[in-house]
Amino acid sequence: MKKDEVPQDANDTYKGVKKLLYAKGDDGSYEGVASEGWEPDFTSTEAAVAEFERRRDEAHARAKAGQTSELEYYMLARRLDVPDLAMATGFPGWRVKRHFKPATYAKLPDRLMARYADVLGHSIAELRTLPDHSA
Amino acid sequence: MSYDAAPLAFEHRQSAHCETGVVSSLLTHHGLPISEPMAFGISASMAFAYIPLVKVAGMPLIAYRMRPGSVMRGVSERLKIKWHKQRFKDEAEGMAALDAALADGKVVGLQTSVYWLPYFPENMRFHFNAHNLIVYGRDGDEYLISDPLFEEPVRCPRADLQKARFAKGALASKGLMYYPTDIPADIDFECAIKSGISRNYKYMTKAPLPVIGVRGMKYMARQIVKLSKSDKAEKYLPLYLGHIVRMQEEIGTGGAGFRFIYAAFLQEASELIGRPDWAEASDQLTDAGDEWRRFALMATKMCRGRSPMNAEKLRDQLYKISDMELTLWRPLKANL
Repeated sequence: MKKDEVPQDANDTYKGVKKLLYAKGDDGSYEGVASEGWEPDFTSTEAAVAEFERRRDEAHARAKAGQTSELEYYMLARRLDVPDLAMATGFPGWRVKRHFKPATYAKLPDRLMARYADVLGHSIAELRTLPDHSA
Repeated sequence: MSYDAAPLAFEHRQSAHCETGVVSSLLTHHGLPISEPMAFGISASMAFAYIPLVKVAGMPLIAYRMRPGSVMRGVSERLKIKWHKQRFKDEAEGMAALDAALADGKVVGLQTSVYWLPYFPENMRFHFNAHNLIVYGRDGDEYLISDPLFEEPVRCPRADLQKARFAKGALASKGLMYYPTDIPADIDFECAIKSGISRNYKYMTKAPLPVIGVRGMKYMARQIVKLSKSDKAEKYLPLYLGHIVRMQEEIGTGGAGFRFIYAAFLQEASELIGRPDWAEASDQLTDAGDEWRRFALMATKMCRGRSPMNAEKLRDQLYKISDMELTLWRPLKANL
């Protein structure tokens, strides 16, 4: 890649944070060049974020309908998946999934809730209530 | 050389990748000027791996470089640099140790999560726990941070930095803090560079598994075709291709999944040691990098419906890249 080929595609994803790419200057030697963004790059990042948001909103709707617990919503809102949350809390995956059952989750003692609170960065009280709006 | 003297004022330098950036900035600060590409090349950190068994957000792990920690390990091993490294069981203890080091005039590296750092834009905040940054001072409740991914130094409140240092999960940092303690006065760069190239050659061309190195690229190519023929293709294929592109181009690769950084290393090494053949290899790798960029562009257009989905075309492109990379490694190793 030559220096003048370094993409500078305007985008809202990186909020003006430029990243450094390596490209060849006029004399053929490599140098670091700041790039505002490249479409294949930021659209794939946007898609990954959008996929989490879609799943979060879906979990919000299911939690509202009593089909899952608030935990699944908060997990996805923090851009985590079951394996991530399991690893971070030390619960096995099947237990995390079991805590998605509203009845089981409601009875979860504070001692165990504290592990979720720590990892998710919310108080136990917050984790037990579903926010009105998911966006 | 020892570092009892007061450190020089710290100079922030933007880098493409966090770990190479922190290692090169810390060593430069401590009197061993070394560029980011040089740190990357000497540590033999370029790679390709497609690991279907390890999932990242439900997708296979695709890596264009060695696992986190390899830059520091590789550089230290080949340049014989010693570090003070400390992890903590207790968060308060970890923060106190950081404060003590700063009060002592030290500039230190930390391993953190990306997600909990508030100065990252929202869309870049994912749970990657092996981010690296430098702390060079403290101003009341805020830490002065040189984050290699940013153009300018940034600030971070204490509570957030603590959360980021002690985030749990995969690659958890446990508050890892480090700084160099011993840098030899006479460094044999030629030997270190050759050893790095040799190690990287082995990884890229001689891996015992078909998912590693140049063979791994072809493996991934076949996976794309396989997936395109399954009944999940319509929904899953765009996400899958997006994931590949993201791993290749997302923050921290310097473009084309680290190929341009490594090409910059080969160029710098060629001038330093006087090896014109390495400059040739650098040009070849630049060409391969350009083809990686072309691959990303093709895949993105297909995902966004701007060109028809054509998995065979993507496969052929990856086959081409794999052959290009193989062609450059063989003479590089043979003529070391």
